[in-house]
Amino acid sequence: MINFQFSRARDVADAILLLTGHPGAKLIAGGTNLIDLMKENVEQPSRLIDISRLPLRTIEETADGGLRVGALVPNSGLAYDPLIEQRYPLLASAILAGASAQLRNMASVGGNLMQRTRCAYFYDTATPCNKRTRSSGCSAIDGLNRNHAILGASNSCIATNPSDMSVALAALDALVHIAGPSGERTMALTDFHRLPGETPDIDTNLEADEIITAVELPPRGFASNYSYLKIRDRLSYAFALVSVAAVLELEGNAISEARVALGGVAHKPWRSAEAEMALRGQAATVEHFSRFADSLLQEAKARSHNGFKIELARRAIVRTLMQAASATPQSQAHKKIA
Amino acid sequence: MADAANQVPDRIPINLIVNGNRRTLDVVPWTTLLDALRDHLALTGTKKGCDHGQCGACTVLVDGRRINSCLTLAVMKDGAEITTIEGFARDGALHPLQQAFIDHDAFQCGYCTPGQICSAAGLLAEGHAGDADEIRELMSGNLCRCGAYPNIVAAIQQAMSRP
Amino acid sequence: MNAYVGTPTSRVDGRAKVTGAAKYAGEFAADGLLHGFVVAATIPCGRIARLDTSEALKVKGVLDVLTHTHRPPLAGKDDAWKDEVAPAEGSPFRPLYDDSIKFNGQPIALVVAEDWETAKFAATLVRVEYREEQAFATDLDAGRSKATEVKQPHEPRGDAVGALAKAAVRHDADYLIPTEHHNPMELFASTVVWDSSGRLTVYDKTQGVQNVHKFLCSVFDKKPDDIRVLSPYVGGAFGSGLRPQYQVVLAMLAALALRRSVRVVLTRQQMYGLGHRPATIEHVGLGAKSDGTLEAVTHEATAVTSRYEDFARNDSGWAEQLYKSPNSRYSHKLVRLDVSTPCDMRAPGAASGVCALECAMDELAVALKLDPIELRLKCYSDRDQSEDLPYTSKQLRECYARGAEAFGWSKRNPASRSMRDGKELVGWGMATGVWEALQMPVAARIGLTANGHAEVSCAASDIGTGTYTIVAQVAADALGLPIENIDVRLADSTLPQAPVEGGSWMAASSAHAVLGAADDIRQELIRLASAMPSSPLAGVDVADVILVGGTIAKAGDMGSAVSIADAMRHGKLERIEKQKLNHFAEDKSYARNTHSAVFAEVKVDEQLGVIRVTRVVSAVAAGRILNTKTGRSQIMGGVVWGIGMALHEETVMDHRFGRIMNANIAEYHIPVNADVQDIDVIFVEERDDRINTLGVKGLGEIGIVGVPAAIANAIYHATGKRIRRFPVTLDKLLA
Repeated sequence: MINFQFSRARDVADAILLLTGHPGAKLIAGGTNLIDLMKENVEQPSRLIDISRLPLRTIEETADGGLRVGALVPNSGLAYDPLIEQRYPLLASAILAGASAQLRNMASVGGNLMQRTRCAYFYDTATPCNKRTRSSGCSAIDGLNRNHAILGASNSCIATNPSDMSVALAALDALVHIAGPSGERTMALTDFHRLPGETPDIDTNLEADEIITAVELPPRGFASNYSYLKIRDRLSYAFALVSVAAVLELEGNAISEARVALGGVAHKPWRSAEAEMALRGQAATVEHFSRFADSLLQEAKARSHNGFKIELARRAIVRTLMQAASATPQSQAHKKIA
Repeated sequence: MADAANQVPDRIPINLIVNGNRRTLDVVPWTTLLDALRDHLALTGTKKGCDHGQCGACTVLVDGRRINSCLTLAVMKDGAEITTIEGFARDGALHPLQQAFIDHDAFQCGYCTPGQICSAAGLLAEGHAGDADEIRELMSGNLCRCGAYPNIVAAIQQAMSRP
Repeated sequence: MNAYVGTPTSRVDGRAKVTGAAKYAGEFAADGLLHGFVVAATIPCGRIARLDTSEALKVKGVLDVLTHTHRPPLAGKDDAWKDEVAPAEGSPFRPLYDDSIKFNGQPIALVVAEDWETAKFAATLVRVEYREEQAFATDLDAGRSKATEVKQPHEPRGDAVGALAKAAVRHDADYLIPTEHHNPMELFASTVVWDSSGRLTVYDKTQGVQNVHKFLCSVFDKKPDDIRVLSPYVGGAFGSGLRPQYQVVLAMLAALALRRSVRVVLTRQQMYGLGHRPATIEHVGLGAKSDGTLEAVTHEATAVTSRYEDFARNDSGWAEQLYKSPNSRYSHKLVRLDVSTPCDMRAPGAASGVCALECAMDELAVALKLDPIELRLKCYSDRDQSEDLPYTSKQLRECYARGAEAFGWSKRNPASRSMRDGKELVGWGMATGVWEALQMPVAARIGLTANGHAEVSCAASDIGTGTYTIVAQVAADALGLPIENIDVRLADSTLPQAPVEGGSWMAASSAHAVLGAADDIRQELIRLASAMPSSPLAGVDVADVILVGGTIAKAGDMGSAVSIADAMRHGKLERIEKQKLNHFAEDKSYARNTHSAVFAEVKVDEQLGVIRVTRVVSAVAAGRILNTKTGRSQIMGGVVWGIGMALHEETVMDHRFGRIMNANIAEYHIPVNADVQDIDVIFVEERDDRINTLGVKGLGEIGIVGVPAAIANAIYHATGKRIRRFPVTLDKLLA
């Protein structure tokens, strides 16, 4: 870990002021990802601004019947919140699929959105990585890429976003509330993370002097027909090879709305409005879900070691949608896949 | 004279309530709670197994909740109440979890054990684990290379049934 | 009297471990303790062209940066660096010795500072330039053609190659075991405490304090009394602590350079530069008659070693112990690559070799349409064929029977993909395990005080294996004292002799050292008691007298009892101390092995390939079990290792950089709690009057052997897919 200064923000405005006054400064809340990366010398902030004591820890009802979740609500606090459990069980399930109980107690909602890739080359300062050092080259494209992206990757970067929570938030059409020097703004979660393009070092559309203040959940929680299925190399405490967040609204057996977000396959949670639209009015059957999966994965591109992810994702999508359709969501504790 | 790049940051005074005792210490911001406990306060019961939040050996309770002390900056916990393994036994009497771990041989080398016990205490307080599968899942943040997992689950079940 | 031996006695060090009182190597304090942080090479092969430490030295709190050009002297001859378990062939690695880079992650500098964080920070300021001199190689697959054969562990019998070619039913395949790392939970650490007299007390993470002691004396040209090595608690090692590791050399260097106490703790990543289970290609050929009896066994292992040492173990010879065959050929080849030297890792050789053999046997059983147990019984060998010797004991048949019964094997439908549970395919597989029953010279000292307390001491380590506990049990029984009165001291180089703790030999070896010393105590007590006025023991046959309940008594006649306290008071002795080296009858007319039959149930999601190991039964025959509680834990731990080996563990290297890319414990997967469900351990009764007095064989290794194969065979049974490249991950099932 390199030398850095430490200060504590008094309020949101102070945090923004500190960010603005100190290029190279970073906000710290739970620290679960940032401190890890600082210990690896991957992240080298000149200053840490402690925002962990800011009053952004509440979950409040919004006027339209949704929920506004403060950026500092711990992941576990969110997952076990009765309102979340009742109205947004997909989100609770996705959070509980990630990390460990200890890390979920530490990690904040805002920090979860900011977590960086687990690409081994990104973590290893002895190897080139465009995400770590712009224009240094991508070691994964012709290297070990079993865990890497099959969708939305570029010739600069094939890293994936490791978050489980974000995948559920993407499926729920969540909004991110952001404060900055010029005021507040709101961004769709699906617009928050970027594709790598030529600037894979920039993960999100958050500006350097901005702070996430809340995540807003729209009223529709799809609490009846949902599932989050995470496939990984061991049964817990591992990052996703592929994960699927699926929610459905059914009229009888007909789909009136379907939303599916994929994790572990791209630089951001992956959705396709077009493919989802095509499911509307269809019966909830394996056949239709398979067609949907093919459509969602249409652009998928295999690298040397990750081709299996395409077929795995296809099957996982169908399975998760069937779980959602039959109202038998995947348990995160009981490992048999429903 | 060292330039900025070689400078060590200034120390910041903090207070921690550790196992019920108020402790004052001066820490550099980069000092983790784990290193503060082990190196500054000589509380080596809390273990360093990876230093990256991957093994759970450093688990302690902060304000009653289990966390990885290796990914926690001490300076950010100024004023917090910390419970480490050294704070479990009272007047020489073992905590029910400690006794259950002995009874069920829930460890071999013992290195992950303080973290397992702190994590188990957090698990019991959280109240989200009922059956064995739930215990297994919610204890999966604590690696045990000796492979004592089934005994750890049995020990926790014993502690759950005899609070 | 056996009040303790054979019972489920709780660990005597349990309280220390659950309260955090147990101190490990990196936790000992010293006045003015300094902290060292290692700077590691980032290339696998070449030379250090320039090492600039000037910026690091400017950091406040940094005292020194040691390098190959700036350090106290180190021994120059290979012999000085050869510890008791170093490979015979080669030149051991010497940290900070010269400018050569032999493996990626090699230590090239040690930053020493007042605190650990400062040392770690300053380490980022050390600038290194390398000269890469030649092409390097780290890939076993690519290097296979350059393998060189080493001495075969077993002589060939008959014409195995010819018989294999002619066999009615033949199975012939490669099985690949990847590089694996031990990953004990404790980070490798050494604390060297300097005192003003120049004596050095070294707390080291090691499986052998006397091995480290001798090594340090020769490397640093010190007299035995100058250095004392201790490791009272070891946070797991599994073989990684058999050889002295480089951090102890670095901590010594710094202590000598700065004349201060120094601690060096490696990072998890740096521990991937220590030894490892070598990647191995196991080629197994089995030829059988159509009735299932074997005609030929060939097993050729091709394993990785480093460029600088030849590390080889017995991977390929295990069929000699298990399966009768008139023709056999076993060979071991090495591929020298630019990696650190492999080392022993739980059941070295057997874990890999038997995994391949037992998968091959399963494939043969399928080809023969025989039940896998039936095939093994048809080939069952009552003799070790390599020397044509009977066994001191071998209850493997009973292991098959008891294990099968507990598992419910008779309900197995032999066809693959025939059993299912909803969307999951269910598979039942089995395999045999085998290991050696070794025993080594170990001495123990017992100091008995008149108040009926005894201190038992020995240099042996307890790496989680339970040595403290079994030593206390054996001593308590032999001395007729409650176990609470026994104080065990281990892992101090000044204590009576012990080799490294490994190979499953320490239970038998230490137990018999304790028995010997206790018997000397007994005889001394009988002498004292007999000499008392009107002693009930006067003139009694020494062989008839036992120590029981704090007394010296004729067996079966408590009326003859004399209390230890009375006897010692009468003899005017406050303390009796006896030290004894164990002694085992040298009898080369028997083979000595432990055996197991392992049964595994897997459930595999048919569509997604997600594998769950839902049940494992391990039936073990390992002589007398000294402690059924800690013994069961050891086997259970071995089973968990087997689950990891089957499904998870693989050190992944990018051969373009010659660099390990999952050098952490998040992406190097070992099983977590959720991966482990029901494990049933059965100790099959195996009386063995030949092997040693107690009939003890040891348990540390046998628990893992066979488990990966049983799981892989179960996966085949579930899915019809035979995966021969370990670990079996879901992508391989989907392919």
